[in-house]
This record gives sequence, C-alpha cells and structure tokens, in this order.
Amino acid sequence: MKRFLLAAIFFAALVLIWEILFRVKIWSPVLLPSPGQVVTYLESAAADGTLAKATVITMRRLLVGYVIGLIMGLPLGLLTARWKLFHDTIGTLALGLQTLPSVCWVPLALLWFGQTETAMLFVVVMGTLWSVVIATETGVRNVPPIYRRAALTMGSKRFHIWFKVILPAALPFIVSGMKQGWAFAWRSLMAAEIFVTILTGFGLGQLLHYGRELNAMEQVIGIMIVIVVIGLLADKIFFSPIEKFLHRRWGTSQA
Amino acid sequence: MHLPGRHRSSATEELQIVAPSKLAIENVSKSFRGASGSVLALDRVSLNVAEAEFVCLVGASGCGKTTLLNIIAGLEKPDSGLVLADGKPVTGPGRERLVMFQEPALFPWLTVLGNVLFGLKLKPNLTSKDRRDVASYYLELVGLSRFERANIHELSGGMKQRVSLARALAPNPRVLLMDEPFAALDALTREQLYGDIQRIWKARRKTIVFVTHNVREAACLGDRVLLFAPHPGRIHEEFTVDLPRPRDINSVDLAAYATRITKALKSLGQPEAAVTG
Repeated sequence: MKRFLLAAIFFAALVLIWEILFRVKIWSPVLLPSPGQVVTYLESAAADGTLAKATVITMRRLLVGYVIGLIMGLPLGLLTARWKLFHDTIGTLALGLQTLPSVCWVPLALLWFGQTETAMLFVVVMGTLWSVVIATETGVRNVPPIYRRAALTMGSKRFHIWFKVILPAALPFIVSGMKQGWAFAWRSLMAAEIFVTILTGFGLGQLLHYGRELNAMEQVIGIMIVIVVIGLLADKIFFSPIEKFLHRRWGTSQA
Repeated sequence: MHLPGRHRSSATEELQIVAPSKLAIENVSKSFRGASGSVLALDRVSLNVAEAEFVCLVGASGCGKTTLLNIIAGLEKPDSGLVLADGKPVTGPGRERLVMFQEPALFPWLTVLGNVLFGLKLKPNLTSKDRRDVASYYLELVGLSRFERANIHELSGGMKQRVSLARALAPNPRVLLMDEPFAALDALTREQLYGDIQRIWKARRKTIVFVTHNVREAACLGDRVLLFAPHPGRIHEEFTVDLPRPRDINSVDLAAYATRITKALKSLGQPEAAVTG
C-alpha cells in the first residue's frame, strides 16, 4: 500500500509539472497541450469509438503475429539446440537477423505484400521469431545434463524428456526470450503503422501519424500514453505473473 | 494402457518390498579420449554384488569408480565386458536401478512432492492417488513430510539429498546406485544421513552400490569396501567390514577398519585422496 501511494504521488507530481510547464507558456500550446486537453481528446476518442477500434486492430495484429512467431520459434529453437546442422544454419541465421532492428523489415514487407495486413503480420512475426529461437536454444543448451541423466534412470524417454524435463528446465530462458520478442514485435508494429497506411484498418500507430499530420499534439500525446499503458498492462497481466512464478520456484532473486 | 490379464497394482502392493537384484560385472573396460590421448578409466573390472548387499567403492578421483557406477546404471556403455542384473544384461538406464547423484539432480520447476512423483508417474498401472500415497510414504521415510509443498531452493543441502533419496526410492528399484551423495554436506548432516541410510536400507532391502572418496564413510556403510586404484582404473583390494549395525561413524572399531583401508589407499601413492572422516 505504501509503495502504491509513493508511486501514485510520483505520477501525480509528473502531471503537475506538466501542467505548470503548460501554464508558464514556455512553449506554444500547439506544441505542448495541457494534461486536460489530452484527457479531453482521449475522452472524445473513447466516446466515438476510434480509440477502441484502433486498439483492437493493433492488438489483433500484434497478438496474431506474436503467436505465429512463438509457434514457429519454439520448435526452431529446439531443433537448433538438438542438431548441429540446424545450429550452424538456422541458428546462425537467427543470430544475424536478431541483430537487425525489426523495423528494417517494413520496406521489404511493403514491397512483398503491398499495403496489406499480411505486411503488418510479417513485420510482427519477424520481430518475435528470432528472439524466441535464440532464447529457446540458449535455454535448452543451458539445461544441466544431470537433469537428463536423472530422468533417464527414472525411465523417462525421448519425448517425455523433452516435454517434462528439457522444456521446463529451459523455461526461465524461454520466458525472457518471449518477453524480448514481445517488445521487438510491439516496437516494429508501431513503426510499421506509423509509416504505412493500410486501408483495412487504422491502428494506434496510424492515429499517431494523423495526429502529426493534423498538428493535433493532444492526439499525439494521448495515443503515446495509450501505447505506454498497453505495454505496461501486457507486462503486468501476462509476463509478471509468469516471472513471479519462476522466481518463486527457482529461487532466483525477485525484482 | 491396460494390459489384459494384468490387474492394476495398488499403493499397498507398490510399497511391498521387491526382491533386490544380484549384480554381476564381468570384465568391464572403458576408456575415454582426452586431450592427452586415450585414458583407460576401467581395466577389465569384475565384481559380484549379492542381493541386498551394501558395497562401497572407494578411491582417489579419477580411478573409474563413478564410471563403473554409470555403467551399472546403464547411463554409459562399456567398451567391452558385461553388466548383468539378475542374469540379464544391462543395455540402458531403467528404473530397476536408480541413481542418486552427488549434486542433487532435483528438478527446480517441481515441488518436493512433484520431484518424488516424477518417477512414479512413469510407472504404469497406478492411479494418481496411489502415486500420492507412495510418495507420501517415502517422504515420511526420509523425514520430510512437512515439506512436500516446498520449492527445491528452499531446502538445505541435507534436505535436498533426502528428497533425492526419496525420489530414487519411490519407483521401488531393486538397486540403488549412490555417487558420492554426501560429499557436499557438512559433517553433522552427513552423520545423520549415515544413520538414515542404514535404517532405510534395512527397511527397504535394496542392493546398494555406493561410491565415495571418504574411507570412514565407506567403512561405516558397506558390507564390503572395494578399494580402486587409478591408471588404469581397477579394483586393488577388498575389505569385508564385519561390524554390527547400525554402525556409528565415530566408533573405535570402525576407525580401525578405516585406518587399514587408508593405509592401503596411501600405499597406492595418491596424496590427493581424502582420507578424513
């Protein structure tokens, strides 16, 4: 409760400073709207449904692409961990492509797929995939061999070992890879949405883009806040409980 | 998977004492390729272990005793020679011969109970209630009933090895293979475990092969102590420990045995061997 209060005071202070900066008029109100104006924009965008619609479109792109990235990345990571051939080929490819900022996929996706949902999906998948491949491989390679040996003596065989020993043992690595993949996917999707107008749906990035075109700073800041909040919520609702579980079970230090 | 003509075994049946195995190790050789060429870890080692016998293998590090244990477990294959359990050749690992490792190989993603259940879940013909009953029995046996919901990292080193022991006992193996299980523990905890392991061995009637570099520990636990010599790994000398049980690690009689074994060990010229109790 005390921690919550302190955090609340901190954010209240931030808003207060913002309000003061607005009142002393160092910058033109066109460049720095007041917190109230941003709230008014958010209220109207929420009321006429633009905000909800954009959020749904963006989250759908993100989630579908992310899940595809996971479904492809996990088995690829297992393959690269298990067989040298895959390690030398797909593993090296993954390592290389992971260093490529995922926004760099946007021009390629546009040329290949045009201004379509597929292009958006492609960018998100590329953002997720390589992190997950690398994390899974690292995780599996770091499983102490003694776990496998212990399981073997208890009568565990190939698939049972993979699913009941290797994968759970690699879980801390896999989860941090999933988290990184999520962050990459989220960033690249925003970039793609800002650069590219796709007629099948306006996401949050597009709202941001139009905010700039219309010189509507309250819209720009409002949407930025929404994007930040979504990122925070994803962390708190999805990743945080998994990480807490891992910390509790493994006894690693709690952040 | 319900086989016709074969009824489901209950927890009571599962907890019945199974006949311990007789082990025959015949001319087992094993070499490893290292940086400085091939090292003969075991050179034509032969050894018989009777049903429910407690045999300790002692020797300096690198004398092949752990390799032999792994071969008996089926985790490694000998280059030549044969391991027979009750007359049948050992071709791979299996739950008839369970291993307790030096470092606790407990699974950190499972609770204490989950770890003990791991091997039981691989046994067919048991209901989940039976498995729980069996697991509870063994956790009780090692004195950790209160900790079945605990996470592994919350346990002390001694408790971890007790859980390892319960996990190894739970599928009711015929042979228990122990690879320096107490080496990383403090002296006080070790002494408690010497008592426990003797009590459990008596209660569950297992054939035990126990690897250690601690001579006193070997004399305390073993019916027989086999002294290994290195380069190449082979059995150098055999001692029969003829003392009543349960044995106290600090008893004078036991010290006499330990001294004899230590002398033999020193005559092999390995200053690195730990001979302290």
